[in-house]
Amino acid sequence: MGSDKSNRGIVTVLGMDQIGIIAWVSGKLAENKVNILDISQTILQGFFTMIMVVDLSTSSLEMGELAGTFKSEGQQRGLQVNVQHEDVFTYMHRV
Amino acid sequence: MTITFEPEEILQTIEMVRNENLDIRTITMGISLLDCADQDLKQMEQKIYDKITQSAQYLVKVGDNLAARYGIPIINKRISVSPIAIVAAHLDQEGMVRVAKTLDRAAREVGVNFLGGFSALVQKGLTTGDRALMQAIPQALAETETVCSSVNVGSTKAGINMDAVAEMGGIILESARLTAAQDGIAAAKLVVFCNAPEDNPFMAGAFHGVGEPERVINVGVSGPGVVAHVVKSNPDANFGELANLIKRTAFKITRMGELMGRAASAELGVPFGIVDLSLAPTPAVGDSVAEILEFMGLERAGTHGTTAALALLNDAVKKGGAMASSHVGGLSGAFIPVSEDAGMVRAVEAGALTLDKLEAMTCVCSVGLDMIAIPGDVSPETISAIIADEAAIGMINKKTTAVRVIPAIGKKAGDRVEFGGLLGGAPVIKVHPFSSSKFVRRGGRIPAPITSLSN
Repeated sequence: MGSDKSNRGIVTVLGMDQIGIIAWVSGKLAENKVNILDISQTILQGFFTMIMVVDLSTSSLEMGELAGTFKSEGQQRGLQVNVQHEDVFTYMHRV
Repeated sequence: MTITFEPEEILQTIEMVRNENLDIRTITMGISLLDCADQDLKQMEQKIYDKITQSAQYLVKVGDNLAARYGIPIINKRISVSPIAIVAAHLDQEGMVRVAKTLDRAAREVGVNFLGGFSALVQKGLTTGDRALMQAIPQALAETETVCSSVNVGSTKAGINMDAVAEMGGIILESARLTAAQDGIAAAKLVVFCNAPEDNPFMAGAFHGVGEPERVINVGVSGPGVVAHVVKSNPDANFGELANLIKRTAFKITRMGELMGRAASAELGVPFGIVDLSLAPTPAVGDSVAEILEFMGLERAGTHGTTAALALLNDAVKKGGAMASSHVGGLSGAFIPVSEDAGMVRAVEAGALTLDKLEAMTCVCSVGLDMIAIPGDVSPETISAIIADEAAIGMINKKTTAVRVIPAIGKKAGDRVEFGGLLGGAPVIKVHPFSSSKFVRRGGRIPAPITSLSN
């Protein structure tokens, strides 16, 4: 159950659609040497909803630090950005 | 590498944290102090201080890191210690107060907000250490900030020690009197138990039982808001469907506790004990157990049907939670504190919820009469009688029950008390005016029930 050693995170971005969201998020991830493994993105009722699976094993920041950066910078853009270890979702949704 | 989760699943988790107050209520480190006894009080204080500060040095930091890593808030980091009446059995009342102050210093040093274990287990009788500790409780709680106290006065196996019950009424009243300026906050840090669990991570009743290992990590989950949301979203579900929905939700909530417990245990190098799968409300809007009951279809919590609604909720939470964790323990169920639950407060103010109904509710939920402000002119015997009733419910039904009432000194029914923070505030609730003192003063023990003869 779960993957204690894994360093994969789930990035979720929610908010009003605007120009440059993906560019900003992926730029920020590249800047911190975080590899993007998968992206899913839709517009739900005008709300931009993006989910990314990322690998932090080469990251220059800890998961919590990256989450903090995205949270505060996201707020300035009116976006809610979460970075969470994938185990949260594994534990909650997989038996 | 593909996304192995549905977007809905990911968004549901985020929604639970963001809008429904899903959090880990507490990560509590249990620390045995049994090796800290010393005839020299100064030496003993040093041993206790050193053991706690060394054991829990990284507790707060690890908790904060895990919260950031997983994006799930961990509200409290706490400590429970061996019952001090056992650790310091040779001390007198004054010595016990000094130990309490040492515990307080150690707790502040490591940055936890509560430390439980200023406790005695007296269901069958009092040792000299138990007596000294009980006498020290009012001063110890009034002169410390973080220390919490509990006294176990009964059990299904031992019966109820009515001598101890009689004394506790006065001790609760005195604790409130010494802190009257803060609405009797000392009494909010004191719990009287029947069938106290030894691995409970929740305050004020947490202590590190004598059957526990050297150190242990216990986790208390929360999430009334998440359950409330599910119940609210399914107004037409019948009881079978409703129970099922609550079970599934409790499973998800408890999984978070399991994850955090395992992670904290690994990072701290301390064994993982249990997840306490309780629904613990907070004064925050939408984080209320009473609201769940109201979403089930009751106009106000406390009206007819409340006990049945709570029974369904409590059982479904246990069933879902038990599947989610390798080790479940502690109190595990729905908590019904008054001051810590905005919906309960509203129900009392509306006249829907009385002390008698709360007592009935404790028959089917996880703990007991919790965080209830009662008039300041209450007699110690009346408090003792309230404790006796509650202990009897626990003893006969083989469950944990507890009493944490706060006499509001100088206030009467209908007035308000404010404790602040997670403890909240509440209207003072009416108690019966008729005396129970002759009953309480009989002395001796109520014999263990026939159900205790199970060997």
